[in-house]
Amino acid sequence: MTLAEAAHAAGTPAPPPQGVTMSGAINRALRDAMTADTDVVVFGEDVGTLGGVFRVTDGIARDFGQDRCFDTPLAEAGIVGFAVGMAMAGFRPVIEMQFDAFAYPAFEQIASHVAKMRNRTAGKVNLPIVIRIPFAGGIGGVEHHCDSSEAYYAHTPGLKVVTPATVQDAYTLLREAINDPDPVIFMEPKRLYWTKGSIESAVAAKTFESFGHAAVRREGTDVTLVAYGPSVDVAIQAASAATESGWSVEVVDLRTIVPFDDETVVASVRKTGRCVVVQEAQGFAGVGAEIAARVQERAFHSLHAPVLRVAGLDIPYPPPKLEHIHLPGVERVLDAIARLQWEDSPDVRFLSGSKDGAA
Amino acid sequence: MEADALTTDTSTSLPQTAATDRPFARGLMPAPVPVQFLDHLGRRVRVFNDEYPEPSSEQLVAAYSAMVIGRRFDIQATALAKQGRLAVYPSARGQEACQIASMLALSPDDWAFPTYRDSMALVTRGLDPVEVLTGPHGSAHCGYNPRAARTAPQCTPLATQLIHAVGFAFGEKRKGRPTVAMAFVGDGGTSEGDFHEALNFAAVFKAPVVFLVQNNKYAISVPLSKQTAAPSLGYKGIGYGIASEQVDGNDAMAVLAVLNKAVAHARSGQGPVLVEAHTYRLDAHTNADDATRYRDPEEVDDWLRRDPITRLEAWLRHEALMDEAFVASVVQKAEAFAADVRDRMSVDLAVDPMSLFENVFATPTPQLLEQRAMVEAELEAEEASR
Repeated sequence: MTLAEAAHAAGTPAPPPQGVTMSGAINRALRDAMTADTDVVVFGEDVGTLGGVFRVTDGIARDFGQDRCFDTPLAEAGIVGFAVGMAMAGFRPVIEMQFDAFAYPAFEQIASHVAKMRNRTAGKVNLPIVIRIPFAGGIGGVEHHCDSSEAYYAHTPGLKVVTPATVQDAYTLLREAINDPDPVIFMEPKRLYWTKGSIESAVAAKTFESFGHAAVRREGTDVTLVAYGPSVDVAIQAASAATESGWSVEVVDLRTIVPFDDETVVASVRKTGRCVVVQEAQGFAGVGAEIAARVQERAFHSLHAPVLRVAGLDIPYPPPKLEHIHLPGVERVLDAIARLQWEDSPDVRFLSGSKDGAA
Repeated sequence: MEADALTTDTSTSLPQTAATDRPFARGLMPAPVPVQFLDHLGRRVRVFNDEYPEPSSEQLVAAYSAMVIGRRFDIQATALAKQGRLAVYPSARGQEACQIASMLALSPDDWAFPTYRDSMALVTRGLDPVEVLTGPHGSAHCGYNPRAARTAPQCTPLATQLIHAVGFAFGEKRKGRPTVAMAFVGDGGTSEGDFHEALNFAAVFKAPVVFLVQNNKYAISVPLSKQTAAPSLGYKGIGYGIASEQVDGNDAMAVLAVLNKAVAHARSGQGPVLVEAHTYRLDAHTNADDATRYRDPEEVDDWLRRDPITRLEAWLRHEALMDEAFVASVVQKAEAFAADVRDRMSVDLAVDPMSLFENVFATPTPQLLEQRAMVEAELEAEEASR
């Protein structure tokens, strides 16, 4: 007898359902999309019989048949190129790259064909392909399993780049991605696969808002934290902790990196006057740098301090026992918030000769 | 010519032991030497061609006409490139038999997945030559509508479109349509990883694809000997479980015969076929290349003696399938075709700056709309200052 059954037998109500995991939400989105449209097909390495190494496609081959969900040879460029051809024949392929770094062999197919086909053919050939990529770290993965590769895709015109931070968004954004007439890189934060939430209202909604709408996850008045995917949770935790120092922190979850929601981000920064961008990826030339630049271009006169970035270190993703040093955590975010010129005095850390300076 | 000299039996008694359920006599194995129907003088020979029905007279005459027109088009395009009307033109002169046969073997509903060197094939397919040359002309990327032309955009990153052909052909099969995809690659392209992934996927998914390897002996300047150690590029299909063949790529009758059968094989649901056609790129890689830096003129002369057009012409004349008047009419058609291309390419094609923002996505992002407004303002200011 389970605890719930025992509780029920004892006359007390069973505990409320804990909801669905993010991987379960993605599975449900795939199933619902496949039910809604018979042209939706799922394929990749191990996604068939096994149900994927993260079990995201669990049971789909069994329930929809091998025609709709199938294993391919182990060749990522081949998987993406095959999807290009199937899309040209009228299908809507949803393909899985097993891990972030294993998608690199497919980069030419993605950058030269997936991203450009509509443009090369003056709109005559569009490619409604979703490329699902489990990405980023925090799961103790060994090398080549934890890369944050979003900037490569976001830098490529013609690709939409989406990353959910909540269970409900995993469902909603994937449904929208599959409906989208353009190719979508759907980046799933691996460490959130096992988080739980409710998707009931999203499943019931049937319609999905278009891409390009960031969400304010927490309202605040003093600082805006901009984050996406795996970093949103870190930002929310930091925002909670910041209240102890008297800072009211707003958290904006981008949801889609491309298209980018300048409007929501800038509106938040105009309100708060301060901004920190949080990303797990290595910082140099990253998505966070783009966000910081955009905020300063658009809201300069509203800013009381430079936009700061909190990012991963500029190193190849470290071995598991060192990843906690690499990953931006709450403390690093709070340190950045503390540097937002609250006293309106210069930040001297980059001045040579100063005790904090690098020189 | 003596009639007897036209029937030379050069077939050998090599064992042909393949399983009988295989459509190709040697199973997956290509012939030990390229299949040939006509020798370089246009004499009918038997070189591993027993398994291939001879193409019909109509198809052969059509091939002759298309080769003459195709070559004239190719020469015209090279001239346009030298005159600066095209940014660049990669010639296929010398490869006419492959270019033409690849398209004559297809049905109108089939699809082609060509490279940048297959413009002659596209023109043979019936695409508007001006649309085919739009890319090198510089006014757009792909000038034709791939869906209407049933021809994918000409591909520049070599071998990357082969896997599209595979996915497409598989998708068509899944949709219940009898489409075959003809996928083009050269000798250099067979070194690319995508070539191998495409072959493997095609075999695993039994996709109705014909891979045509035009082995023209050079990848820009790099000769075949530095590209592969394989006895024939046709052998590259065997390891993937693909029925493979090699053919004299300057013998239009042979290329037609082999591709006719390959297309039928693919269409009948028996899976993909790989065909290596031995041919030669007579011109440099493009008008911007200097082939004298890497090959001897004697080599080129040797291949000129194996010309695909004169070879088929000799046979058709011998068989009385065409006469002087017909040949003259074909030449006339070719000249008219070239003149039309010349005239229409000498007019600057209209370009619309605002089109830059149209097909990045189905709906432009807010950022693209901002950039569009910026460019619009720049152009208006430019106009006002004139």
